[in-house]
Amino acid sequence: MINDIISMNGYGIYVWSAFAFTLISFTALYTVIKIQLVKEKIKFDAKYLTLTSEKKQAVRAQETYKGILASNSVSKI
Amino acid sequence: MLKNFEPNKIFSITSKAPKYVLFVFIIVISIGLIEALIISPEDYIQSHSVRIMYVHVPSAWIALGTFSVIAILSFVILILKNKSFILIAKSLAPSGLVFNIIALVTGSIWGKPTWGTWWAWDARITSMLILALFYVIYILAWRIYDGREKAHRITSLIAILGAINVPIIKYSVDWWSTLHQPASISIFTKTSIHHSMMLPLALMTAAFALFSLLIFLMKYNTELIKIKNKGLDRL
Repeated sequence: MINDIISMNGYGIYVWSAFAFTLISFTALYTVIKIQLVKEKIKFDAKYLTLTSEKKQAVRAQETYKGILASNSVSKI
Repeated sequence: MLKNFEPNKIFSITSKAPKYVLFVFIIVISIGLIEALIISPEDYIQSHSVRIMYVHVPSAWIALGTFSVIAILSFVILILKNKSFILIAKSLAPSGLVFNIIALVTGSIWGKPTWGTWWAWDARITSMLILALFYVIYILAWRIYDGREKAHRITSLIAILGAINVPIIKYSVDWWSTLHQPASISIFTKTSIHHSMMLPLALMTAAFALFSLLIFLMKYNTELIKIKNKGLDRL
């Protein structure tokens, strides 16, 4: 039965390569976007930590910054 | 109504949603793959090669749908200059391009056992290739003009120009004699595909749509944090 699933009457090479290409593309795209997101978060954390306490307060007062801080590791510091 | 599209309101959703979308995506694609590769029947003419349809067709639909949304948003951007729409349109492009490439490559793989060739300058295939080129130009334009005032105007014009190709892709099989068969699935007329094949196709389409949503959410967050990083520099 497993041989039938793999060979698919001789069409297995086409079917499996099409599915493999799709799943590899998904993994590559997810990884690239995830790396970009993590990089930007790290950059944000680094910049935030260098701010003076008044500036930090001003940043925390804004909704979007508050959201980013809540989702970043710096909020746990 | 446009207030609902303010970046801070969208970010409160986009920052939390990816993990849930990823969870649902893994469940749906697992069931979809079992249906597509094992349970669904083989075709009486194409045999098992028909299974390529379960990755090829959803990819083409999502590539086409994503570009249509980018084009509509771009039209609104040119009129209203809404910043959130600019971010949404920009964040949709990477997944659209990848789905377009998947549609072209899996179509080529399907073409070999079905038509005896990897590639043909057929109207549907050529118009899909043109769509991929528009995606590439759109993404490159963002890279080249990013940070400049005219960036959203140039990218919006590219998307609107590329939208002319969308109906050409859709109706290419009706307007020209092509290797592709006419549409088997239609919203307005009776679908000619059997339910045993319709189920895996629907599941794989749902899974691909979820993946596209996941990438969009992550890309939107990245772009928003990038803008806010620039904001921190100006403080």
